[in-house]
Amino acid sequence: MKKNVLEYLEQTVKVYPNKIAFTDGTNGKSFNEIYNAARSLGSFLSCYKRSLILVVMQKCPEMIGAFLGVAYSGNIYVPLDANMHQSRIAQIIQKLSPTAAVCDEKSAEILHALDCKIDIFLYDEISQTKTDNEALNKIRRRQIDTDPLYIVFTSGSTGEPKGIVANHRSVISYIDDLTSILGINESTVFGNQTPLYLDASLKEIYSVLKCGASAFLIPKSHFMFPAKLISYMNEYKINTVCWVSSAFSIISGLGIFSDIRPKYLHTIAFGSEVFPINHFNTWLEALPNVGFFNLYGPTEATGMSSFYQIDNSSPPKEVIPIGKAFPNTDIFIAVEGKEITEPETHGIIYIRGSGITLGYYCDDEKTNEVFIQNPLHNNYREIVYNTGDVGKYDGQGNLVYVCRNDHQIKRHGYRVELMEIEKNANEIDGVTVACCIYSSRFDSISLFYSGELNEKELLISLRAKLPHYMIPNLLTKLDFLPKQDNHKIDRAELLKLTEDMLNG
Amino acid sequence: MDELIKILTEMHPEIDFFNHNELIEQCILDSFDIVALVAEINDVFDVRIPPLEIIPENFNSAAALYELIIKLRGE
Repeated sequence: MKKNVLEYLEQTVKVYPNKIAFTDGTNGKSFNEIYNAARSLGSFLSCYKRSLILVVMQKCPEMIGAFLGVAYSGNIYVPLDANMHQSRIAQIIQKLSPTAAVCDEKSAEILHALDCKIDIFLYDEISQTKTDNEALNKIRRRQIDTDPLYIVFTSGSTGEPKGIVANHRSVISYIDDLTSILGINESTVFGNQTPLYLDASLKEIYSVLKCGASAFLIPKSHFMFPAKLISYMNEYKINTVCWVSSAFSIISGLGIFSDIRPKYLHTIAFGSEVFPINHFNTWLEALPNVGFFNLYGPTEATGMSSFYQIDNSSPPKEVIPIGKAFPNTDIFIAVEGKEITEPETHGIIYIRGSGITLGYYCDDEKTNEVFIQNPLHNNYREIVYNTGDVGKYDGQGNLVYVCRNDHQIKRHGYRVELMEIEKNANEIDGVTVACCIYSSRFDSISLFYSGELNEKELLISLRAKLPHYMIPNLLTKLDFLPKQDNHKIDRAELLKLTEDMLNG
Repeated sequence: MDELIKILTEMHPEIDFFNHNELIEQCILDSFDIVALVAEINDVFDVRIPPLEIIPENFNSAAALYELIIKLRGE
C-alpha cells in the first residue's frame, strides 16, 4: 500500500526517466528532471518542520516540481494564484502564517512588496541545491499517509477565502480510482486546462506521476481562440482532457467543429459545474467515438467523488447525471438524519471515504459545520462531509445534482459565494448597501446597490478587489433595495427584477 | 467604431480602448469577454465572426476588431 504520493514519482522515474512528464509545448521537464529538482528543493526546505510553504508561480512545469519539493521536505504546499490581487494574497498570508514561499521572479517581487515577514525563495536558485539524501530519508521515515500534503483555497461566505487541508491518503485514494475509471496509462497525453493552484489539476499532476503519462499545460489564452486550441491539441496529439464544463462551452459556443476537430481525443471528462446539454450535444455530435465522463465532487472531498459515463448511443436528454460514487467512496442522500433511496426525492448529498479532507485550516467552527458525524448513526466516530448540494436519484439509480441549498454558485469552474461578493461590495466607500443575486436561468450574477457611486465607478472598485470570476454580470443602482416585512432584503423580488431585465 | 468602443467600455470601464493595442497580451480580455463580444457584435452589427477569424490578432485592439467587422460586412 502506498502511503506517500512521492512513491508514484519514485516508481515511474525508474521506468521512464527521460520521458517528458510536464510541458507547455516548448519548456518540458522529464520525470528525471522533476525528480532531481524536487529532491534538491526538498533538501533545501528540510530546515522547516511541518510548516506551510507557499508556491506562487505563473503556470509552468517547474511549479509541479515545487509542489513535490515541498512534499519531499515534509512540509505542506499552498499554491496561490500568482495573478491574485495583492490584498487577497495579504489576507491569505495573514490567515495562514506560512514560513516560506517558493516563487518565480515576478511573484517574489509582489511578496517582497507586501513586507510580510516570510522567507522568500526563487525556484530557479533553490532547485540547484545539492541533494541531502540522508535528510530526505529521515523525513520520509517519520511520514505517514494521514500527514497533510497541500492546502487549496476556495471562496468563503464570510468574505474570507477558506483553506482546505488534504492529506496523502486522500490524494492516493482519489488518483487510484480516477486513473482506473478514465483508463489512464503510459500512453495518455493530457491537455491540462485548470490552474495548478486548484485541486482540479490533481487529475493531471498525480495521474501523470502514477502512470508515466504526460501532460501539456495548455496556455490559458488558447481557450479564447478555439482554432488555436484545437491545432495545438492536434499538433501534440493530446488524447485526454479533464476540463471545467465552461471551457468546453466556450469552444462549442464559438462554433468551430465545421472547420477543425480534435483528431486524437479519446477521453473527455468534464465537471466542476453543470454542462449545458445543448453544448454537450455539440461535442458529442463532433466526436461521436470519444468516451465522455461527467465528474462530480467538492474540494473538501479531494477532487472528484462520483462519475457518470455517457452512453453515446443514447445520451441523456435533459440533465447529465453525476452517476455513481468512485470505488473507494460512498455517497448518500439524506434529509434530517434519514436516508433517501427512492427516486426523484430531493435531499442533501453526503460523502464518506478516504477522500474526505482534514477540514478548513485554522477554522474549527466552519470545519465542524460541514465535516460532521454520519447523520445515519451514532455508534462510532465517522466523519462525513455535508456537501450542501441538493441531489436525487433518477429512475436508473444514478445520482443527479439538483441545486445548492445556500448562496454558493459555480462560475467558470470556480466556486463563488454570493455573500463574498456582497461583503466586498459593502466595504467600498460610496456603497450604502449591496445585495448579490444569481439567476440560474440566465447564468448571470447581478449586484443591486444603493449609494453615491455610479455603476462604472463601482465596477472599477470591484475589479480592484475581486478575482475576475467574481465580477457580477450586471450592476444596478437603486434608490433603495426592496425589503421584506421582517426588514430583510427581498432577494426574490431582486431575482425577478434581474430576470425581467435580462429578458429585455 | 463608437458603437464598438461602447460595448468594450461597458465590459472594462477602466480601459482606454481608443489607444490600447495589447488587449490579449496584457490579459485585459478573457475568454468570457471574447464569447460575450462575439455575441454582442452579432447582435449590434449583424455580423457573424467565423471561428477561424477568432484569433488574437483580431482582438488586440478596438481598431483591429472594427476592421474585421467592416471586412466581414463587405463580404
